[in-house]
Amino acid sequence: MIVYLLCFILFLVGLYGVITRRNLIKIAISMTFMEFSTFLLFALIGYVDGGVAPIVDPADPVQPYVDPLPQALVLTAIVIGLATTAMMMAIIIRLYRKYGTFDIREIKSLRG
Amino acid sequence: MNPLIPLFVIIPLAGAFLIMILGRFIRNFDKFLASLILLILTVFSIYSLVTTGENPSLYKVGGWEPVNRVPIGIYMVMDGFTVIVLCIINIVGFLSVFYSISYIKRYTSENLFYALFCLMVGGMNGVVLSGDLFNIFVFLEISVISSYALVAFGVEKNELEASFKYQILGGLASFLILFGIALIYWNTKTLNIADVREVFKTGYDRSFYLFAELLILSGFGLKAAIIPFHAWLPDAHSSAPSPISAMLSGVLIKAVGIYVIIRLFFNMFEISESMSVLITTLGTLSMVIGVFLAIGQWDIKRLLAYHSISQMGYVVLSIGMGMIIISRGGRSDVAALAVAGGLFHLVNHAAFKGLLFLNAGAIEYTIGTRDLKEMGGLAKSMPATSATSFIASMSISGIPPFNGFFSKLIIIIAAIMAKFYLLAVLAVIVSIITLASFLKFQRYAFYDKPEYNHDRKIKEVPFPMIFSMIVMSLLCILLSLLAFPGVRDVVLTPAINILTDPAKYSTFIIGI
Repeated sequence: MIVYLLCFILFLVGLYGVITRRNLIKIAISMTFMEFSTFLLFALIGYVDGGVAPIVDPADPVQPYVDPLPQALVLTAIVIGLATTAMMMAIIIRLYRKYGTFDIREIKSLRG
Repeated sequence: MNPLIPLFVIIPLAGAFLIMILGRFIRNFDKFLASLILLILTVFSIYSLVTTGENPSLYKVGGWEPVNRVPIGIYMVMDGFTVIVLCIINIVGFLSVFYSISYIKRYTSENLFYALFCLMVGGMNGVVLSGDLFNIFVFLEISVISSYALVAFGVEKNELEASFKYQILGGLASFLILFGIALIYWNTKTLNIADVREVFKTGYDRSFYLFAELLILSGFGLKAAIIPFHAWLPDAHSSAPSPISAMLSGVLIKAVGIYVIIRLFFNMFEISESMSVLITTLGTLSMVIGVFLAIGQWDIKRLLAYHSISQMGYVVLSIGMGMIIISRGGRSDVAALAVAGGLFHLVNHAAFKGLLFLNAGAIEYTIGTRDLKEMGGLAKSMPATSATSFIASMSISGIPPFNGFFSKLIIIIAAIMAKFYLLAVLAVIVSIITLASFLKFQRYAFYDKPEYNHDRKIKEVPFPMIFSMIVMSLLCILLSLLAFPGVRDVVLTPAINILTDPAKYSTFIIGI
């Protein structure tokens, strides 16, 4: 149980970072924290204590296997996460060129 | 197996790829191909709307048959509710892309615009067709990542800032959704929506279930910009190029937000009273607060964006009322009426809000400003824009012959029949404030001064823009037909049946 709780705490650490940091890059890093805590939880769900890789062995077909589905899902989600992070970094670089700063307090032309 | 279903995803994805590769070498290839793709999809979606009716159809990706009645492959499902949203996506998408042919000329790298547009449409079609939780997440990410890029398409200060805000909140929403999906998978060991329901029937841990429900609601609520989660919407929708604003406001928040909330809370989770009261409260809050935030705006697109929050509040409120009635075991005809009002308003909102954003784009295209105080007297020089925006404004504020009136009327009647008098009164008051706000828009933009007096000579926008606006305004008038029995039975009734009868969806999927 404690591992799952640690995943959730890692998620909250990321959320804290997103809310309190002022630097765009640090916000992006906090986002990846949240992302990977979710992936970690997903991968842990499929874990079976003492399980082996899910390749059926004809000699001993009933040994415990880890659940392969969460692994496949996490791989997909990691690829999506890569795209999101790349997109965010591209926007941050553009913002830096326009405003000359990474400070979120300086970037506030939209209001109301 | 319905072979039409995967085409809704494959065609736009392939189109995006081709536009990226060939659009650089062949002139006007991008515009032509994107319009053609959306036109084909529009025809397909209308065909599906007519043929589906009460008979949902299924596509098993890769042909994986169920084992012991447990689905193991990826399912794509097309039922009465799906086809309505598919029609909204593809029709508004086609009109927006046609409108873009003239509008987007002022930006560079046009072919990237059309490629991203096709990608967004493909993602949204995937979200509504998917019968599987994880695929909803994947398609949702496809559509929102392309919408992040499209919001930032102008690459000026405002656009970039809006896109960054949108990405932070959108990313947070995605992680909440993924967390919720992980919890559901942990408990049920399946991802198929219908199968999850079957497993939950055999018993579950109450607190676990509630936590998953809350995670899913807040995740998709963020995507749908329901009130406590609305902060990104006014910035993102007002900074995007106008056809994209029409897509975001008219379609995206419905397809990836409201649609999934309705689908999961009716067809996957068991409807509980606490959740339905929460959803109704959120809907009421967005309806009331959204309109008050809209009153003080002088930027047209920002004003429209806040009205989107408020109108989505109507939809969520009405759906929530239906859920409350079902969970209390009340009269099923009243529940069906409430759900019908919500779905009808969802369709209508796509038509009039899409049209209003296209009008705002036309004004910005001609005079180069979005500030209401700098306009005035445009009615004489832009007759088509003025007339269509008048129709849209009257629709959104609920004036009789137009579609908005009928859907609001149904919502209010449902509220009175279910004895939620306070909600009925609030719905009327919000509608009146909406009317006031749109009269202000009409007066300052089109009348007020006798003639627009600037040094630049202004004339009506080019043909593609006028065409899209006129078709949208015709839709605004024609959609009111949905309130009458003959048309309603074909379009709305199948969707209501599949939502209000909780067992129907899962038995259909598992039964095949």
